[in-house]
Amino acid sequence: MLRQPATSTQITHLNRLWLYVLCGLVIVFLIAPTLLVIPMSFSDSRYLSFPPESWSLRWYRAYFGSLEWRDATVVSLQAAFLTTIVATVTGTLAAYGLHLARSGAGRLVQVALTLPMMIPVILLAIGIFLFFAPLELNNSLSGLVLAHTVLALPLVLISVTAGFKSFDMNQEMVARSMGASRPRAFLTVTLPQIRNSVISGALLAFITSLDEVVIGLLIAGGDKATLTRRMFLALRDEIDPTIAAISSLLIVLSIVLLAVSQYFQSEPRD
Amino acid sequence: MATPADAPAAGGNRSASLPITIERLVKSYGSFKALDDVSLSIRSGEFITLLGPSGSGKTTLLMVLAGFVRPQSGSVRFADREVVLLPPHKRDIGMVFQNYALFPHMTVAGNLAYPLKLRNVPAREIAGRVERALDLIQLSAFGERRIDQLSGGQRQRVALARAVIFEPRILLMDEPLSALDKNLREQMQLEVRRLHDRLGMTTVYVTHDQREALTMSDRIAVINRGRVVQLDRPRELYERPSTHFVASFIGESSTLPIEVRDGRASFAGAPLLSAAPAPAPASSAPSFLVLRPEKLRLLADAAPAEANVIAGHVRQNVFQGDSIVTYVRTASDHEIAIRRSLRTDEVLPEVGTAVRVGFSAEDAIIVPADADAPQTGRP
Amino acid sequence: MTLALDQIAAGGTASGANEEALRRQAHGERRSMLALTLPALLLVGFVVLIPIGWLFWLSFVDKSGFTLIHYQRLLHPTYLLTLRTTFELAFTVTVVCLLLGYPLAYLASQLPRRWASLVLLCVLFPFWTSLLVRTYAWLVLLQRRGLVNTWLQKLGIIEEPLRLVHNFTGTAIGMTHIMLPFMVLPLYATMKTISEDYMRAAANLGASPIRAFWQIYVPLSFPGLAAGLIVVFVLSLGFYVTPALLGGGRVMMWAMQIERSTTVYADWGAASAMGVVLLVITLGILWLVSRLTGSAKLGEAR
Repeated sequence: MLRQPATSTQITHLNRLWLYVLCGLVIVFLIAPTLLVIPMSFSDSRYLSFPPESWSLRWYRAYFGSLEWRDATVVSLQAAFLTTIVATVTGTLAAYGLHLARSGAGRLVQVALTLPMMIPVILLAIGIFLFFAPLELNNSLSGLVLAHTVLALPLVLISVTAGFKSFDMNQEMVARSMGASRPRAFLTVTLPQIRNSVISGALLAFITSLDEVVIGLLIAGGDKATLTRRMFLALRDEIDPTIAAISSLLIVLSIVLLAVSQYFQSEPRD
Repeated sequence: MATPADAPAAGGNRSASLPITIERLVKSYGSFKALDDVSLSIRSGEFITLLGPSGSGKTTLLMVLAGFVRPQSGSVRFADREVVLLPPHKRDIGMVFQNYALFPHMTVAGNLAYPLKLRNVPAREIAGRVERALDLIQLSAFGERRIDQLSGGQRQRVALARAVIFEPRILLMDEPLSALDKNLREQMQLEVRRLHDRLGMTTVYVTHDQREALTMSDRIAVINRGRVVQLDRPRELYERPSTHFVASFIGESSTLPIEVRDGRASFAGAPLLSAAPAPAPASSAPSFLVLRPEKLRLLADAAPAEANVIAGHVRQNVFQGDSIVTYVRTASDHEIAIRRSLRTDEVLPEVGTAVRVGFSAEDAIIVPADADAPQTGRP
Repeated sequence: MTLALDQIAAGGTASGANEEALRRQAHGERRSMLALTLPALLLVGFVVLIPIGWLFWLSFVDKSGFTLIHYQRLLHPTYLLTLRTTFELAFTVTVVCLLLGYPLAYLASQLPRRWASLVLLCVLFPFWTSLLVRTYAWLVLLQRRGLVNTWLQKLGIIEEPLRLVHNFTGTAIGMTHIMLPFMVLPLYATMKTISEDYMRAAANLGASPIRAFWQIYVPLSFPGLAAGLIVVFVLSLGFYVTPALLGGGRVMMWAMQIERSTTVYADWGAASAMGVVLLVITLGILWLVSRLTGSAKLGEAR
């Protein structure tokens, strides 16, 4: 970063002041709207304003006091935890298998496993809805977890595959030469070292499930309504300020998860 | 001999090493033959080096011994036990990788303890053995260090200690010294060899560095294009290479095309009087005369004729400190390098001077011209 | 000093020793490695492939058997209008994302590490925040008595509140906000790999900064640019949540049409046909681009 141009062809900070200003505005555009929700959620009136004219915990009380919202939250958290477990385990196994196989069939499997990311969610949602109906998986926790797992799977796969790429497979070989079976070598040598990628993948899986709207809208009805489904339906009808309170809580959760994932990514590997 | 592989090293009453018999190994990747019908017998307790250029198949052979590469066919036996179908962890071998492959998530002591834990050695015994191993590699104070706090040489020692701490009877090493700088490498060559002599296990060592191979090995198997070209002791390999490839791969040499007819060799039309090849090649086979630079004499043009001389002109003198290399160009436009130590005050022959190169018959190496024809040993 | 074959008697066999057993073992190992991917494959097969195949099937049948009627009905002006809106919106959002995202990614790639990671964190933050929450934020900000209108009025820029939401504008603003990280991240990843030496060399050869930028830098950033554009465009085409809320029913996207056919009219045939059309367009674009750029790595941009 130069204060003065070293040559007549270089650019100074002043020359590109416009760039800094533009980028500053873009960053404000990216984060401010979301963050504004937090102070507004403490407003006392139905019309959320910023800064709020009077502060209160009214909408938080509305959220915690409502059985419907609480049930929906429980369903969402259950689904997110189960999805995280299933997606992380199956995704890590698949990433390991693909890393070892490296054959033509392996590439095909890889494409198949990243397919859910390429197909528009609305399409998956309709397909799953129609297919799950005769199986009576709609409006059930297991159906929801299955659907969310498939969405989270590619993210886990990508994250863990990246971990394997920066891992030296000779270590697993040396462990096996010293007498460790392959599963044992994986658990004692490989897994501890790709741990961060697995954790990143798991966090992504969790947030994917928790934030998922479209599939939940179609297949999570009745007493298995997810938080996001209830929020969506409430928003479509009218703007219920309770949602500001829920949103604020979700934002805080996002920040925490983002911080955790950054912590695990920045930690040196070796 | 048929000790169960997984049994903890008992020490004492079992022999420290096993012979290895490799028979007719074939491993191809598509049309590329990494191992082309390789057979090799390695004696118990021997330090054998697999030497060859990159892509020759030497590492593939080592990986077959370790069990990480599965051949298409063939047999590998440790003593009388067929192991080619055994997974790596049941072969009970020690192995050192080129990049050491130390576990960064464990301490130095943790790395050393790992193979012992796998063998369910009691914790107290593990502690003792790790301590002794650390002593052996002179890193006693480093047990609790992390791997990234070690220097290259220290890592190398830890990798070595980890490979032998469970007293395997076979030790495999894949270019373990190639990441070290020259001085350290030469020091470690001697250390590795001493460790082998002390522990006595059969050691198979892979390198592409012929000097390293000559320094460390009991025997060297030269490998090229997936075949064992020659198996011999270092000195024999150097002095009596059986093929052009071996001759040019090991040590420095000048190569001249010669003709051998009825047991007599001639170069560029002129007979080499007494350079009779030891095993006479088939009559009138095109052959190469291989000359080692340090075994040649530079003769003045006027000097009395010797048994074997080749005439030429001095082309270049290269001063190398402990020695000088003179390049002589023959009339037939071939080049011969002569290395000799220089007396102080000695005047160098000027470039362009007519000289003759003399050598004795026993230093003349004659090999068949077909460089890649596989040869199996020498009589 | 022979190549000692003296032990050949000890159980040596003819050529191809252990050949059969080794081959069987190799097959077994390959199978067991692929078996590790089996749970994931089963999941994807059960939850993705079968349902999508089922949709495909539904789009071609009615009570009387095979039919193209569902596709023929899509030629109705209502659907064509929806398709047009969808493409217009996706195109607008992509262009705006490019205009906002390229400078930001460029600046981030030039900044010192510490500042760059701060900028990236600002880009990642919306990524980790619920889509619904972000859409909700815009709903609140852009509504008639929302923050934006209030402030613009206070500043005296406008007299009457603007209609910023439940129309094309609001939808485009919200979608741009959602899609921007998808543009910035792949761009940044590519720009990080562009060595400054290229620009120095260009300057050295006499190119003005602006010329060097357009002739050297932009072409070098193309892989990230392509990835960003495609991801944003494709995701926008199939976007449901944000248009459904910010469009207020006045902006009809293809995805909303699909949802409506399913839940409101229970018209599986129409929904499936529209789904297939969307899938074909999406995969077609992905395929075309991976052909053109020779990289099948667009998926990793996420």
